[in-house]
Amino acid sequence: MAPTRDRRPGFSRRRQYGLFAGYVLAVAGAVVALALLIVSALNPSAFAGARMGAASLTAPVSAALASVSSSLAAAPAEVRGWFTVRTENRRLAAEVSAMRSLVIRARAINWENRRMRALLALRDRDGAPVATARLVSSSVSSTRRYAVLNAGRWQGVRPGMPVRGPEALVGRVVEAGPAAARVLLLDDPASIVPVRRTRDGAPAIVAGRGDGLLDVRSVNATDIGFRPGDLFVTTGTGGLYAPNIPVATAIRAGRDTAAARAVADPAGFDLVRVDQPFFPLPPPPLPAQPTGTGK
Amino acid sequence: MSDEVKTLDYRPFAPPLPPGRARAIPWVTVAAGSLVAILPAVAQVPLLPPLGLLMLLTWRLLARFSLRPWAPVPLGLFDDMLSGQPLGSAALLWVLCFLAIEAAEARLVVRTFWQDWAMAAALAAAVLAAGRLIAAPLDAPLLLPVAAQALGTALLFPVAARAVARIDRRRNYG
Repeated sequence: MAPTRDRRPGFSRRRQYGLFAGYVLAVAGAVVALALLIVSALNPSAFAGARMGAASLTAPVSAALASVSSSLAAAPAEVRGWFTVRTENRRLAAEVSAMRSLVIRARAINWENRRMRALLALRDRDGAPVATARLVSSSVSSTRRYAVLNAGRWQGVRPGMPVRGPEALVGRVVEAGPAAARVLLLDDPASIVPVRRTRDGAPAIVAGRGDGLLDVRSVNATDIGFRPGDLFVTTGTGGLYAPNIPVATAIRAGRDTAAARAVADPAGFDLVRVDQPFFPLPPPPLPAQPTGTGK
Repeated sequence: MSDEVKTLDYRPFAPPLPPGRARAIPWVTVAAGSLVAILPAVAQVPLLPPLGLLMLLTWRLLARFSLRPWAPVPLGLFDDMLSGQPLGSAALLWVLCFLAIEAAEARLVVRTFWQDWAMAAALAAAVLAAGRLIAAPLDAPLLLPVAAQALGTALLFPVAARAVARIDRRRNYG
């Protein structure tokens, strides 16, 4: 095929100027885009309002699509359930009998724990959940790991609130719009959570890698020896996440750092709960007011 | 094309689409590609190729007058609103793609489909790599997911080319 040699739009001055103006506009647009990029690099939440306004419009669409696709995706499991019901029943019965003594002991410990706390007059923070909603979509083609939550400022969601699934930590809210919010998932490269190992309380941090796994690194101790299967829970340090929420399980051995997998599987998220920050940052000091002006 | 006439595709007297709609269709298809970000899937790795970028490159390479030179700027801003990348990254990279294609077209002696495919694959890989450098910290181990994404985009180009060719024929000849 011959190359395109139609760069000149004929002898019409109007068309020639129009073509030229198009290129001028393109270069001007590139400059504006570069400026926007620099602004958002310096201040990542600069355009949160516009972005979350758009997300508030798309989140209901995603939620409707999700309800259709999840009912379709559930069908094979429903059918399989009919065939495996007997083996499943036998397995569950064995598990219940094995767990019974453990549950009795845990109840006794729980009761004793509550009594001890009352004796110490320990002040605990146990805030009510802010909102319960679904994660409806995510940044599927970006290297950042964000999910869109189907609840926003109208439901009380604010940036900085922790988000947890039924059994484990999911992430935290970074931007909130009227009816949608953006959640930074645990495996985003910018996410860091202070944790401790359940086995011996060794402190560590869990950092996202971006490729679906997490890195768990020891802090202020060397050679703490991660083993596959080690469970890590939040510490409450930093005041964002409440303590003792499961975060990650190590999947490889390592001396000071090891690969881990999040306990909560985002692909299977149904509902997540947005909580109050564990210890919210103190409000900014009020401007000094002249005293003694009472009537 | 109507389905009942299979043997005769060429209909010189069929009325083409009204100009407003014909000009809007490329924009709509690129924006629809960007809207894959609202699909209800919570992914742990960058799973899907950037379909908005793929549609944009395909329109530019196959039907060069279908989009104005400045069209990538608003389309890229729309993509940035949904994709999770910092605002301005797609707008900047997409318009640079258009200028790169202009520069390449001025130097090419012949044009074949293979060249279009190679250009689309190279530009998509470059945009993905640049987007990864802009968005994520440098020490994140993201080489493999981004390479897989670039490969997927390159493999989807013929599909996008067929789709664009079909829409373009419908657009021009009714």
